[in-house]
Amino acid sequence: MSDSKHNAQPELPGKAQTNPARRAFIAAAGVGVAGLGFTAIAPGLHLMAVGEANAATGIATRKPGEAASRAVRWGLLVDINKCAPGCTKCVEACHTENGVTEKLADPRQASQWIRKVELTDRRNGKKTELPMMCQHCANPPCVDVCPTGASMKRADGIVLVDRHSCIGCRYCMMACPYKARSLVHLPLTEQNPLVPRGQGCVESCTLCVHRIDRGQQPACVEQCPEGAMTFGDLNDPSSEISKRIAATHTTQVRSDLRLDVGVRYQGI
Amino acid sequence: MFLSIAALSAPTFAGDGSRTPKPVIEIDTPGKCIAPADEMRRNHMEMLKHQRNLTMREGVRGEPASLNECISCHASKKTGSVHQEGEFCQSCHAYAAVKLDCFECHQPRANFKTSASKPGIKP
Amino acid sequence: MILTQNARLESGLFYLLAGLGSLVIAIGIGTALYMEHSGHIVTGMNNQTVWGLPHVFAIFLIVAASGVLNVASIGSVFGKKIYKARAPLSGLLALGMLAGGLTVIMLDLGRADRIIVAATHFNPTSVFGWNVILYPGFFAIVGIYLWTLMERRMNEYSHIAGLAAFIWRLLLTTGTGSIFGFLVARQGYGSALLAPLFIILSFAWGLAVFFVVQAAICVWNNRSLQENIFSRMRNLLGIFVAATLFFTAILHLTNAYFAKNVGFESFLLFNSEFSAMFWVGQVLLGSLLPIYLIYSPAGNKRGWITIASLLIIFGAFCQLYVFIIGGQAYPLDIFPGYDVTSSFADGAINHYTPSVPEFFLSIGGIGIAFTVTVVGVRLLRVMPRQEALEKLEEDDSDGAA
Repeated sequence: MSDSKHNAQPELPGKAQTNPARRAFIAAAGVGVAGLGFTAIAPGLHLMAVGEANAATGIATRKPGEAASRAVRWGLLVDINKCAPGCTKCVEACHTENGVTEKLADPRQASQWIRKVELTDRRNGKKTELPMMCQHCANPPCVDVCPTGASMKRADGIVLVDRHSCIGCRYCMMACPYKARSLVHLPLTEQNPLVPRGQGCVESCTLCVHRIDRGQQPACVEQCPEGAMTFGDLNDPSSEISKRIAATHTTQVRSDLRLDVGVRYQGI
Repeated sequence: MFLSIAALSAPTFAGDGSRTPKPVIEIDTPGKCIAPADEMRRNHMEMLKHQRNLTMREGVRGEPASLNECISCHASKKTGSVHQEGEFCQSCHAYAAVKLDCFECHQPRANFKTSASKPGIKP
Repeated sequence: MILTQNARLESGLFYLLAGLGSLVIAIGIGTALYMEHSGHIVTGMNNQTVWGLPHVFAIFLIVAASGVLNVASIGSVFGKKIYKARAPLSGLLALGMLAGGLTVIMLDLGRADRIIVAATHFNPTSVFGWNVILYPGFFAIVGIYLWTLMERRMNEYSHIAGLAAFIWRLLLTTGTGSIFGFLVARQGYGSALLAPLFIILSFAWGLAVFFVVQAAICVWNNRSLQENIFSRMRNLLGIFVAATLFFTAILHLTNAYFAKNVGFESFLLFNSEFSAMFWVGQVLLGSLLPIYLIYSPAGNKRGWITIASLLIIFGAFCQLYVFIIGGQAYPLDIFPGYDVTSSFADGAINHYTPSVPEFFLSIGGIGIAFTVTVVGVRLLRVMPRQEALEKLEEDDSDGAA
């Protein structure tokens, strides 16, 4: 599974569009991902149709030179009833995909783009687990407080740090209600070429923006063995994620803050 | 800002580099660049800066100017990198005395694959 | 003969103090380079306690810097000539302390080398962004104000410059308090009370610093403070400290009144390493004891007031440590009603231990404030002459009568 994923990686959407041979190759790789990642492991999820370069995921890729669209709002739905206790596949997938591989003696100083949180209900002792990451708020406090505008929200709702202007003041980390952000505490050399990250800058989940722009799903969604995560366009009523949010009760974490998050949970 | 200083100073210094050794420019993967060499020498920083803002902030992908594309052609065959001593980016920047901080965040090696491992905890 | 000897002694003392200050600055800057090279891994800070000891020192210096300017404001804005004689020293201290505080903040950045970006990229919704305007503006306005005070031809503009500086310093401290006041995520912050609290803190801390510096200069110059100005400033100090206690009490009472914050308040005030620092450091030694010293018969002795001022400064550090570190130590309440654990210290109290580099960087800021003041006092003749003061005292009492 990871092999077919890596094969597809170096391709940019632009080239996929202009070069028919490559396009066909990506389609094949994409179907491979679909086959292994979804049809086999999570038969309940079938949000894709086969045929286009991006058909495996149902994610519309943009033409080269085309900016992210305001019409789209990317989101995630996590069904925590399916999230297996002790499983950290999403965490491993994320940190492999994004090259978060450095070792630190103090885990509190290490970058954690996504983490598994174990909840125990104080009333009845019921235990649940869920993955926690940047919630990609529509009204992100990190973007409000950033002095240089490095903390930003892309048109399609993905909250990112522009490390070219991040000065490492950590005000966003003070402002984030989800503890989603990490400061890179040491010099790095092992970055993934598609995921630049470095010392002294703040970082967090990018929703695998480099994959989304290629028509792929975020690594955590793709690698979840339980199929507990659904990725898609919250603005498109016909998307799988929108249909599920419409049909079931979902929760926005810290909904009291009215941040209108892009990551929803089902079953809290 | 630093980049524009480079644009002004690089051609000036290139003329009389008697004391400083000239930069090594070996291109192991010959082929056509996205613009003539003269233009690349003068404007590559502006191209990259323009593209970085477009890609990072607006999500524009697949444009010709791309740091990863630079690296994939210009990386040394031996090390796969552009950033170590004597390699494509580094040697010219050292010659022009312009700080190169792209690679504090960007990966200077072509086709580099990160290892899969559990982060955060010391082995 | 005796005079030359004194002058030589004074000169030697100056070089000793300036040298000492420069050494501390050098240590601070060296440490900053080390931190820049190694990354924040060499500090005690982490992804839970993101602001540590450098921020305690820096915010003390910045808040006290704006407060120390009050002495000048009382003279220029409220027309008390006896204070106005001290305005140049007050302005100098303000500049030195702000420079020290800002340097620490900037050198603690993850990317201190990119500080220029803070000036070229501006986000109008960020309180830090506002401060990028407020802090340099303070330097400029106080600089102009000092000029109007010390250049005879500009004296006539000192009232308007003093008024501008006073308004600006209120804005500046509002900006500093609002750094925390505008934070929604953590339970210790996010209160509109923080802006006025920081203003009153600046009044108390600034005046305490001024008292200490004034006492040191008096010792240095071998003279003593006049009774009139001494008793006025002392009483003012007492009122300011009492007011800080009042605002602090209201802040914690309102916070503890809200059920969602009861856990945090009981942690901070009763069940943590910060509790003793709050009750003993901030309240008892930093506030109640100074108030007692100021208003008891001991308050007539210059030495006791210097001690009271030092206690207030000690209390200030305790207060900022409890506020900044304590506010981050308590876990974020992301899932109310659940006990939470994770690999990222969710649900866990964060124990922060400042590292040696952080301490060196922090005292580097004090070194800058100290050196600027020592050099400024020597070069600029900021202290009033004895005769001039006596005349002013007469003027002021005439005015009061």
